[in-house]
Amino acid sequence: MKRYVYINDDESARDLYCDNRISNRKYTLLNFIPKNLGEQFSRFMNQYFLLIACLQLWPLITPVNPASTWGPLIFIFAVSATKEAWDDYNRYLSDKKANEKEVWVVMHGLRKLVQAQDIHVGNIIWLRENDEVPCDLALIGTSDPQGVCYIETAALDGETDLKTRVIPSACMGIDSELLHKIKGVIECPSPDKDIRRFDANLRLFPPFLDNDVCPLTIKNTILQSCYLRNTEWACGVAVYTGNETKLGMCRGVPEPKLTAMDAMIDKLTGAIFVFQIVVVIVLGIAGNVWKDTEANKQWYVKYPEEGPWFELLIIPLRFELLCSIMIPISIKVSLDLVKSLYAKFIDWDNGMIDQETGTPSHATNTAISEDLGQVEYILTDKTGTLTENKMIFRRCCINGVFYGNDSGDALKDVELHNAVSSGSPDVIHFLTIMAICNTVIPIKAKTGDIFYKAQSQDEDALVRAAAWLHMVFVNKNANILEIKFNASTIQYEVLETLEFTSDRKRMSVVVKDCQNGKILLLTKGADEAILPYACPGQQTRAFFEAVEQYSQLGLRTLCLAWRQLKEDEYEEWSLLFKEANSTLVDREWRIAEVCQRLEHDLDILGVTAIEDRLQDGVPETIETLRKAGINFWMLTGDKQNTAIQIALSCNFISPEPKGQLLLIDGKTEDEVRQSLERVLLTMRITTSEPKDVAFAVDGWALEIALKYYRKAFTELAILSRTAICCRVTPSQKAQLVELLKSCDYRTLAIGDGGNDVRMIQQADIGVGISGREGLQAARAADYSIGKFRFLKRLILVHGRYSYNRTAFLSQYSFYKSLLICFIQIFFSFISGVSGTSLFNSLSLMAYNVFYTSIPVLVSVLDKDLNEETVMQHPQILFYCQAGRFDFIMLSTLFFQILCIIFYNFFICGDVSLEIRLIVGQWSLNSQYQFLNRLLNPSTFAGWFGRSLFHAIVVFVISIHAYAYEKSEMEEVSMVALSGCIWLQAFVVTLETNSFTILQCIAIWGNLASFYFINWIFSALPSSGMYTIMFRLCRQPSYWTTVFLIVAAGMGPILALKYFRYTYRPSKINILQQAERLGGPILSLGSIEPQPRPILEKEVSPLSITQPKNRNPVYEPLLSDSPNTRRSFGSGAPFDFFQTQFRLSSSYSRNKDN
Amino acid sequence: MTARCSLSSNARSNLFANSMKLHGILNGLKRIAFTKFSDSRFTQQELPACKPILTPRWVISAFLLVSVVFIPIGVASLFASRDVVEIVDRYETECIPLDNRTDKVNYIQTPGDKSCNRTITVPKRMKQPIYVYYQLDNFYQNHRRYVKSRSDAQLRDNSSASETSACKPEDMINGKPIVPCGLIAWSLFNDTYSFSRNNSTLVVNKKDISWKSDREHKFGSNVYPTNFQSNETLIGGASLDPTKPLSEQEDLIVWMRTAALPTFRKLYGKIEVDLEADDVISVTLQNRYNTYSFNGKKKLALSTTSWLGGKNDFLGIAYLTVGGLCFFLALIFTLVYLVKPRRLGDPSYLSWNRNPGGH
Repeated sequence: MKRYVYINDDESARDLYCDNRISNRKYTLLNFIPKNLGEQFSRFMNQYFLLIACLQLWPLITPVNPASTWGPLIFIFAVSATKEAWDDYNRYLSDKKANEKEVWVVMHGLRKLVQAQDIHVGNIIWLRENDEVPCDLALIGTSDPQGVCYIETAALDGETDLKTRVIPSACMGIDSELLHKIKGVIECPSPDKDIRRFDANLRLFPPFLDNDVCPLTIKNTILQSCYLRNTEWACGVAVYTGNETKLGMCRGVPEPKLTAMDAMIDKLTGAIFVFQIVVVIVLGIAGNVWKDTEANKQWYVKYPEEGPWFELLIIPLRFELLCSIMIPISIKVSLDLVKSLYAKFIDWDNGMIDQETGTPSHATNTAISEDLGQVEYILTDKTGTLTENKMIFRRCCINGVFYGNDSGDALKDVELHNAVSSGSPDVIHFLTIMAICNTVIPIKAKTGDIFYKAQSQDEDALVRAAAWLHMVFVNKNANILEIKFNASTIQYEVLETLEFTSDRKRMSVVVKDCQNGKILLLTKGADEAILPYACPGQQTRAFFEAVEQYSQLGLRTLCLAWRQLKEDEYEEWSLLFKEANSTLVDREWRIAEVCQRLEHDLDILGVTAIEDRLQDGVPETIETLRKAGINFWMLTGDKQNTAIQIALSCNFISPEPKGQLLLIDGKTEDEVRQSLERVLLTMRITTSEPKDVAFAVDGWALEIALKYYRKAFTELAILSRTAICCRVTPSQKAQLVELLKSCDYRTLAIGDGGNDVRMIQQADIGVGISGREGLQAARAADYSIGKFRFLKRLILVHGRYSYNRTAFLSQYSFYKSLLICFIQIFFSFISGVSGTSLFNSLSLMAYNVFYTSIPVLVSVLDKDLNEETVMQHPQILFYCQAGRFDFIMLSTLFFQILCIIFYNFFICGDVSLEIRLIVGQWSLNSQYQFLNRLLNPSTFAGWFGRSLFHAIVVFVISIHAYAYEKSEMEEVSMVALSGCIWLQAFVVTLETNSFTILQCIAIWGNLASFYFINWIFSALPSSGMYTIMFRLCRQPSYWTTVFLIVAAGMGPILALKYFRYTYRPSKINILQQAERLGGPILSLGSIEPQPRPILEKEVSPLSITQPKNRNPVYEPLLSDSPNTRRSFGSGAPFDFFQTQFRLSSSYSRNKDN
Repeated sequence: MTARCSLSSNARSNLFANSMKLHGILNGLKRIAFTKFSDSRFTQQELPACKPILTPRWVISAFLLVSVVFIPIGVASLFASRDVVEIVDRYETECIPLDNRTDKVNYIQTPGDKSCNRTITVPKRMKQPIYVYYQLDNFYQNHRRYVKSRSDAQLRDNSSASETSACKPEDMINGKPIVPCGLIAWSLFNDTYSFSRNNSTLVVNKKDISWKSDREHKFGSNVYPTNFQSNETLIGGASLDPTKPLSEQEDLIVWMRTAALPTFRKLYGKIEVDLEADDVISVTLQNRYNTYSFNGKKKLALSTTSWLGGKNDFLGIAYLTVGGLCFFLALIFTLVYLVKPRRLGDPSYLSWNRNPGGH
């Protein structure tokens, strides 16, 4: 599919393509109600409640007042609809702001200010400096005579450096006045989301120049949401507009996220629903059988001889309604409530406020806090996430003299300052290289200060350091560089730039000193790419040592060198270089080869050492979280080498011999496949060893692997705990998240830049760092934190507590509803299986709403372990992870329980046997519980068994204690209800780990309020239970019954819990005991392999193990790497032919700038 | 005029200043409250908390405590229950003449005199008041059709006599509402008993056998039975005296307190004299109520009462069992604790401490 864009044609293309209106809205005013309702009813639970509520409108079958379901249902719906509406309104407002922004557009040959939403494809847009680009443009003109402009693409790909864009050759030299009148056609592909590719053709119509087709690439475009920088103006033709821009196509609608917990609750709800249907069918049949055999004898019931056609359905439906409380309607409300409180706790947490900027953490998505506790994979961005994205020049070694070794900061070293002021030529050359051997663009601010925009932060650091040492890079005007040294201004003309590639590992510039006309080659690069090319006589030993020393300190080193070129040598080489630059085949390799011819016999000046500071606490955080069983993947757009360096320094991968890094690479499909297979094989072998095996893959290989060898790569992903993916695009990041998600892992993506947005949205949990690269990621994320190290607290404290609390809350909600439901079911067996409700509708409604939800809501304050204990023993998080659903186990349990119920009621009816069986069943369940996660079918079955047991206790005791003359319906019902409420209070007490004053109030206050509420109703003559509660409270037998229920219900549970707690303790229990008993927790620290206090000290030793530039990890990487041809022998002289061989493989990457 | 004006403007500005001040103070308070709140122990989840754990000592003493409390209560309630003297006489079969026993339903449905004499012997001295109950078995007063078939509004007030929608199928007769309507009232128990000892009649007091609250608030004193049991073909149970208001029809009031269980007793009356041991009491009863269709039993029960109610050993036995079990558990736990002590919170139990690096 192609689209033809007619430039500056006001009529023809107007309606062909959409206008530039951006819309992120989900609803319109008209479709809000139907669409929202539709969405809400797509959830199973809501459909179920609606069905129940509708059935309740039929008085023949309803056991209770329909308001008891309709009220809460409408309330729930209203709340979530309001929330959706509010969100959508905010989206509308932000869209409106973007749409109404005014831009200069050429209309009918005149430049006009037009709202951004009225831009059409084909319009010519004028941008001024610092303007945001409103839509995707093909450049046709800039203020720069060379046709260059600079843009910042941070919002698009997260890279903060300035990128250069040029106008196509066809537009070169057109006068800016004529640009209004330009006409032509651009043939371009239909909108897609590839922000690195734009393959189009431009043909200008006469009178403009030629009729030749001029190719357009991504270098000739400016995409939506970029900013024009450092260029007075630029103009371009709108090619994609509105939601069809590359950014718009990338955006995608973030799907609402559902936590694993929610999914599990839904599944359990489904299971309960199945159970309920079975119960209903069985009871329905039993009821109909009873009716046919018994009811005609029970004359006082007066069953009519002939019933309506639906007669058979009435009893099952009644039971359906009676059992409908099995699925608690309150669970959704209480979960929502509790979840928003979790989110608030995150917002409030003082421990997660970034003290530097004062930014607190924020939970944007309030619904997924439990998932934080279940994370299995963390996919992290590197720059700005792990590092501070601040490079600082720390030390240097010039001609064998070390600067900055004493103070740790060369810029404060007096000796260096002295050397500079004394004008030692080596130092001056050194500084010159620092200042100009780069692609940095200096920008003069209005205040006179100079800012630097650099592609690489290293260069930025070097230029800044040079400026600090009085060598100020002032201006770059086309090819003329201007340097101010002390008071004098020196100008250099850049003749050639030999660009940095990851294979060459160095970059050079050829400059001509404007004063004396000398031609200089200035080079900087990695030690192994520079030192072997020293001029024959020079001693490089000192530099080796310097590099060695700096690497030990964890600094990034660069060697600086120079050479003076003879005029004719340069001329000769220049021709070769031009030729190489214009070749079409193997251009990359040819250029490298030509560069090689110039970069030799270098006079090495010295070594710089730059600190790429990791954020505070990153290694500890990663260490802790890895101990917690979380796997880390690093996805970065950066170079492989840098990524590996950082990975090493932040405990991401361990150096040899503990760790092993495998490399997947290759230029062709076949190479990638071989490499992948080799790595997979190694990985399979080493999984049994306690070794940290990681793999590293680059974007190109990843693309091939994901496209053709997805299966193998998936297996690798599962096997490997750690991975480093370099040079990946935003969409690849998202693809990797998808891959892990498809293996059913819980993923957390953390990043800080616009390039992480897709990954953040794709992951189960997205965390944004509100950092230097703007707030884009933070805004798209579910959680935003100020620093990477808060992730530890977010996961281990908030995630874990939330998980534990929700696990308790949800299972408890089911427990309490099942309890009352079982009592109803049991009662139906002594009421002629006719579907009578033992409890009146008021009690039933209040049971869910008041009596049982308040104490359990306070469980959000429960803490099973102290925060410190969790931090010391992150392994405990394991209890939260991967509570996967095992349907077989669940169904067997249900089957067993069902068997017991029916066995007892239909065949045996012996209560004592029943209890014995249930207890047996219960202990069986508790065995399953040793599998140990906090919410899974087996723990759930435990709660199920508990509710069954309690229902039996309550029911049996109340009907036996209130037998014969006391068997008055209302009284029995209140006795049973009181028994339930008392048991609830004790169950919550037993399951609560820490009692704060609020919990005490809630639990016992709730019990008091139960009596209070019932006394009120007992005082109203019109209510059904008039005087009942007063009568009961006066009877000693009431109190003895209630206490009997409590003792009989709680005794076995306490005994069992005690037994498990003492003799089969879970890890949590052990830690609880250790924590509460005080003493042992301290001795624990010594047993713990790497406790916290030592960890912090360990930062510096860690950096020592960090390799120098030719790092030890890189070696095993290569020796294990399938592609042994690519071996860089450590420290071995850089072999020219090897390079040649290496580069000869087709190199079609780097389509981007 | 000007003075007033300036005054008022002055006052206004004063007021304004005051309100600003107030506003400022309020804002300040709000800020303090907010910072207080945001730094509070609640928001930091650091409320002082008591964190009990299940130590052996705690658990064992809890179980011991329960057994210590429960066993005496159990003994007391068992004694209370044993103190109650109860005479139960099952009569539904014996009160049918021998030749009618093959078709009891037919017998009970045929009108006629169905009086029957029973003699019961008092086993132990019974102190007054002695409660007279009738007990029905296998009678589902809790059946859904049955339990719903009543109109409380109608019973309470004669102005709502026509509110019979819930009472089907006993709601109307010939288009006129039945008062009291519904299956419960319709099936009112109609056996009667009279007692005599040594040929002297024992008076059965049928006053105040129902709940006072029911008489006063649930059954209106201005509601009189109308059209009740007037369906000649199908008479359910007892008929009511149309001249007495419902609030005085205590048998009905008792009957309409539906029972939750299919076996239940309802109070018939009270004998307010003591009965001595070995007293022979002859009961003359009218056996009218049909329990034969559903094989229900009918029993007459005379019982004294204790602080715990009637004769019911369940609570006592249950208390003793639970108390005993708790004692037993406490004993076992103590033994296990002494024989095989286990250090709580021993970090060596943590698997990752035993096997570093693995899970």
